[in-house]
Amino acid sequence: MAEIKLETVSKTFGSLAAVKDVTLKIDDGTFFVMLGPSGCGKTTTLRMIAGLELPTAGRILLDGEDVTTQRAAARDIAFVFQLFALYPHMNVRHNIAFPLRCQNLPRAEVRRRVEETARLLQIEALLDRRVGGLSGGDRQRVALGRAIVRRPKAFLMDEPLGALDAEFRRLMCSELRELHDRVRATTVYITHDQLEAMAMADRIAIMKAGMVEQIGTPQEIYDRPRTMFVADFIGAPPMNLLNLEAAVHRGLHSLALDGGAIEVPEIQEDRPAGPLALGVRPEHVSFVDAAALRGRVFGTEYLGTTQIVTIVTAYGQVKARLSSKITVQRGETVGLALQPDRLCVFDAATGRALQSALYSGAHRG
Amino acid sequence: MGRTVAEVALVEVSKRFGAIEAVRALSLAVADGEFVVLLGPTGAGKTTTLRLIAGLERPDGGSVSIAGREVTDTPPAARDVAFVFQQYSLYPHLSVYDNLAFPLRSPARRLAEDVIRRRVQQVAELLHIEHKLGNRTTALSGGEMQRVAIGRALVREPAVYLMDEPLSSLDAKLRAELRLELKRIQVELGTTILYVTHDQIEAMTMADRIGVIDAGQLLQLDTPRAIYERPLNAYVARRLGMPAINLIPAELLGGTWSVPQVHTIGARTEHLRISTAHASGPVAQVHWIEHLGDQNHVHIDLAGHPLVTLADPNQPLKVGDRVSLELADPLYFDKAGNRIDVAGL
Repeated sequence: MAEIKLETVSKTFGSLAAVKDVTLKIDDGTFFVMLGPSGCGKTTTLRMIAGLELPTAGRILLDGEDVTTQRAAARDIAFVFQLFALYPHMNVRHNIAFPLRCQNLPRAEVRRRVEETARLLQIEALLDRRVGGLSGGDRQRVALGRAIVRRPKAFLMDEPLGALDAEFRRLMCSELRELHDRVRATTVYITHDQLEAMAMADRIAIMKAGMVEQIGTPQEIYDRPRTMFVADFIGAPPMNLLNLEAAVHRGLHSLALDGGAIEVPEIQEDRPAGPLALGVRPEHVSFVDAAALRGRVFGTEYLGTTQIVTIVTAYGQVKARLSSKITVQRGETVGLALQPDRLCVFDAATGRALQSALYSGAHRG
Repeated sequence: MGRTVAEVALVEVSKRFGAIEAVRALSLAVADGEFVVLLGPTGAGKTTTLRLIAGLERPDGGSVSIAGREVTDTPPAARDVAFVFQQYSLYPHLSVYDNLAFPLRSPARRLAEDVIRRRVQQVAELLHIEHKLGNRTTALSGGEMQRVAIGRALVREPAVYLMDEPLSSLDAKLRAELRLELKRIQVELGTTILYVTHDQIEAMTMADRIGVIDAGQLLQLDTPRAIYERPLNAYVARRLGMPAINLIPAELLGGTWSVPQVHTIGARTEHLRISTAHASGPVAQVHWIEHLGDQNHVHIDLAGHPLVTLADPNQPLKVGDRVSLELADPLYFDKAGNRIDVAGL
């Protein structure tokens, strides 16, 4: 069990600042996901937690103990890599037992722990099989078993599901999360797949260019993105960002679009005239004939329960998630209503969300 | 579809590799201007079917026709098809322009350079890569490379385009963009496309008709909506829909069913109402709630049987809650897994 803390941690490689002033606290037992595009610094951050890289500045604390300069082996952390390498000439039991054998534990103890681990992963029946003949999923489970069997303080996982196909990845996601619920060891998980992050995380840190953009629960990040980057990175399809020019001030309740007033959560800061982005999630857009905001239907994508309709407006493209029961024609002109209490307003020059009742209001979810 | 000419027609086509029957007596007709997607898991026979049409494989039985002409014994080059592969294979030493022009410069065509120029320009505009024509292909992003690969097929104007998971190597955002683009281009040009994928979103969003394929057999061929709403059997029902349809043993839901022979109830999200209130009906327990932002996947345990459904993020549900289930027009399957058509009863 472990709490992990990073205090203004930075890492530079030559002239490249890979990680800049990252401060975060991961509570004991949390499933913590670091999410971001490739090159955002998430893997470097993980490697510093593991002790595989030394920070250029800052401190790393494991359960309150400063481990910044401690060797990886001394940290009692299990690192699960992108590609699982098993020993092909050994059976499942020996593969899982390997890390314990290296610690010279008594045979009976090794046996007990291996069997307990196999039970946890529901692979008891495979213990005496060769790893060569196993399915992809079972190989992943064995590799996980090898990490769990040591009972480390924390698990660090670097895109462990990256190489799998989509369907199988979904299955492994829920298995990993269920496993976490049983073991409750602090887990730091890295991915660039927002759906994976949303599905598994207790908390998510979104990284961009070496810095943390936002930390929060999946629902917080989804509902109240702090930056346009986060708004656009999360959600499939992501948040729509309508471009407009306006000045805003405290107490403002609406923005002018297409000659009409679009109601927004009360703005709580002043900003002179300049570029703004109005953020709306696809499920908060609906078709209302009388709405002032107009657009032309560019295409529809049927998804069964729902459909995604793409509409071109004077402020940019908007995607709406609507019930499949609604009939929509390509090329037709429609009025768009946006659910007022869910809208975000961003300063498009800085990419930062403007303070509003949405952010200061009751924290749901 | 009301169209007369079949651009591609397969009649009882079979192909075997050693002991494996990759394609079994498969019949399929793709109409002119139609976008047909073959959907199936790895090893279902999708790619083999495309290769049989392209002439890259010879069928063991059956016949292949393209644009009304039987081509079963015709070599690939003489068939009027263009193939787009999963891995874009561009010429790295050539510019985007020369990559696009390449198929038109073949000695067999002998097109004038100004005809080629016009055609390349047109396709580049369609794919929004006109500003990249002078670039080396090695200087392109993944999405741009795949556009060029698709463009190289488009310049040729064949009777049919055969596409083998052309978007699968791209990241999610780009894939979503190109899905919509590809559909727009297909509608604008009225091209005929036979596309194979294991991704149900690609199939649902682009296809005029989906062919669900498994173990070398075409199980059902119909519009996305028809397959989603009226699947032939439980297997097909599971191929479309997110979260996947819940297949619940009828006896778990108790009560008596007015539908004869019913063995399994197929309940998609839109067929299931869950409420924390008192209501009658079967009671289950919330096991896990997966927050996906716009929707929550609620994992429910019904007497040991796991169910997944969507719930409104604003509905106050938490792990451990006991909920009652209510069904609204679900699908019914018999013991063999075939759907029972209740409309016909």
